Amino acid sequence: MASLDAALIDDISSRFIRRRLVALALPALVLAYLVYAALSFDVAGLAARARLDNAAILLSDFWNYKTHVTRNNRSGALTVAVEGEAKGTYPAGKLPDWVTVQGAVTTIDLGRGHIVTYDDAGARYVVPGYGTIDIRPEGDRLALTAPEPLPDWLSVSDTRISVKTDAGRFNYTRSKVETFRYQPGWELFFFTLDSPFHDRSWGELAALALWGDRVDSARPNILAMLHDVWTNKMWRHADVAWAIFETMLMAFLGSFGAALVALPLGFLAASNMMPLRALRFALRRVFDFIRGVDGLIWTIILSRAFGPGPMTGALAILITDTGSFGKLFSEALENIDEKQVEGVRSTGAGALLRARFGVIPQVTPVLLSQVLYYLESNTRSATVIGAIVGGGIGLMLTQAIITQKDWEEVAYYMVLIVLMVMLMDTISGWLRRRLIRG
Amino acid sequence: MVDIAFGPDRGPKPEPGTLRDSYLQQVQRRRLYGGLLLLLFVVLMASGFRMAEDRNAGGFLDGLPMLGAFPAEVLSEAWEKRAEVPALAISYLPSLIETLNIAAVATLLGALAAMALALLSTRGLARWPRATGIFRRLMDALRAVPEIVVALVLIFILGGGPIPAVIAIALHTAGALGKLFSEVAENADLKPVEGLTSVGAGWTQRMWLGVLPQVAPNWISYALLRFEINVRASAILGFVGEGGIGHELKLAMQWGQGRYDQVVAIFLMLFLTIALIDRLSDRFRTRMVKG
Repeated sequence: MASLDAALIDDISSRFIRRRLVALALPALVLAYLVYAALSFDVAGLAARARLDNAAILLSDFWNYKTHVTRNNRSGALTVAVEGEAKGTYPAGKLPDWVTVQGAVTTIDLGRGHIVTYDDAGARYVVPGYGTIDIRPEGDRLALTAPEPLPDWLSVSDTRISVKTDAGRFNYTRSKVETFRYQPGWELFFFTLDSPFHDRSWGELAALALWGDRVDSARPNILAMLHDVWTNKMWRHADVAWAIFETMLMAFLGSFGAALVALPLGFLAASNMMPLRALRFALRRVFDFIRGVDGLIWTIILSRAFGPGPMTGALAILITDTGSFGKLFSEALENIDEKQVEGVRSTGAGALLRARFGVIPQVTPVLLSQVLYYLESNTRSATVIGAIVGGGIGLMLTQAIITQKDWEEVAYYMVLIVLMVMLMDTISGWLRRRLIRG
Repeated sequence: MVDIAFGPDRGPKPEPGTLRDSYLQQVQRRRLYGGLLLLLFVVLMASGFRMAEDRNAGGFLDGLPMLGAFPAEVLSEAWEKRAEVPALAISYLPSLIETLNIAAVATLLGALAAMALALLSTRGLARWPRATGIFRRLMDALRAVPEIVVALVLIFILGGGPIPAVIAIALHTAGALGKLFSEVAENADLKPVEGLTSVGAGWTQRMWLGVLPQVAPNWISYALLRFEINVRASAILGFVGEGGIGHELKLAMQWGQGRYDQVVAIFLMLFLTIALIDRLSDRFRTRMVKG
């Protein structure tokens, strides 16, 4: 230690101090930026804008379904429908067991002692621990009889009375009265109400499929079941499967099409393949331009020319990736081992043969692994591009979100998209590992 | 050694003729397989393209001549109003900055989360070695969810504005960067970590002082690359959802004729920004990694 001179010690310690300051300054800078961003994004106003009730609806809808029991107060007609959709309406004789109809009196058992009754005079809702809410129309107004004081889950106006409890929801207006019952699960996921297989247990279904009598004499039960699932009108399994396939098709056509286009261009842009400097330079700038314009803009231009659909999406991916692949391929080609090319040249081969036997075998694993990597990430972009050009699962997802009511379908599509991306990830990872190992 | 020097003496020597034949046969078989694979690929591509074309609103050959029509229409209108384009471009500066801010904040937050996830899921560095699998699966899941899904759901809950986009991009970034970060950290030299352990450093100190200085150049380089990607993602999310220059572009596009000067102004801004960021980060990254 003594041999170190003082200047060096000073120098080292001042460097340390500087380093420490830099090490402190960087997090401070990041923090300052985040504070600025929080101010400009109005994070404070978020609490006011956030709709937590929406979040609650969304979360409960993800794993719940609701059944609407609606009576038209003018005609007296009663409909019981899953999610209130025409496709999910129970036929008259086959109401669920918690709805009983006797003449003009309908009794709805919401479970845990909650009972709703519709009759000629109006409607009644018995809430355990509170009492009976009795509603009867009087001229233009609705007359309410309920234990005072009115709780906050009971909202009353002259024309509308709504009750919201844990067991379900209830609305009374002059024109109709409806009760929503929430139940866990995704109802009608396999069989809709018009299918003969609806409302049977898994055991019964298995028995029917394997040895039971034919429900439809024209075909075996198992085919009839598959047909009913495939043509399910509530969940549209056939359309969803097509949409997923379309999305994967877009990614596949886009990635490999771009690779096919970019391969010759990559040769022309590689300095060891193409002696013409000007052409190389021009091609590189073209690649830069294509990448710089960005997929979004290509998508817009293409959808104007070709209209909505999967081909437009595939072409958008193709064009965007041609830029990336052109750059990557030409770089890979510049890094090859010249010895093999030399060997092929010594046998008197021309440029084409040299490329075929000297270059292609060397670069194929590298290029293919890059293409496969893009294929996986393009599956994800194809979802977004599908939402813009109108094709594939991206379109179905945005449509389901925009309607803001079929959240269970949104959840279903989200699960499918994640599974699709994971599948593509696994396949492309497996292929890449095989390629690298040789 | 002797065997090799004097050639194999056991067993029959292969006839030069049959050797050549079998080699040629092998080559032929390889070419056949390669050819068949190529054929299969071509058939797949062609039929896939036909199928995509069938389901498309417009056909490929019908649309091809139209490809230039829309850009030409846009550009000609913008050319007539070319005097206004620079002023318009400047008027879109705030929304461009918003898009950039979304990308930057998302990259920062995502990278911070990715740092923690990467260290927790790297063998040899993990705080809880048994839990590495859990953190890896978590990163896989984060990567698999497309940004648009998270963004659209969050727009429903949080209302419009940039925050849904930030969260969506940040979540995806955490997964994508976490994997890359962890690959870098796997190759980190463990000696500094051991040295720190020997003087009684805690896990955080070991990571902060022993691992981070080693991996920082590569991590920063990956984060910059991700920032480039996120700028594009943030523009696209704006187009599909809300906020930023993507949204302005969508509004101008929906208006159609008469606002094409705005479209061109936004195109220009976006193109220049992306090209500039690409260039800068390219240069910075080469300097970072090559020292």
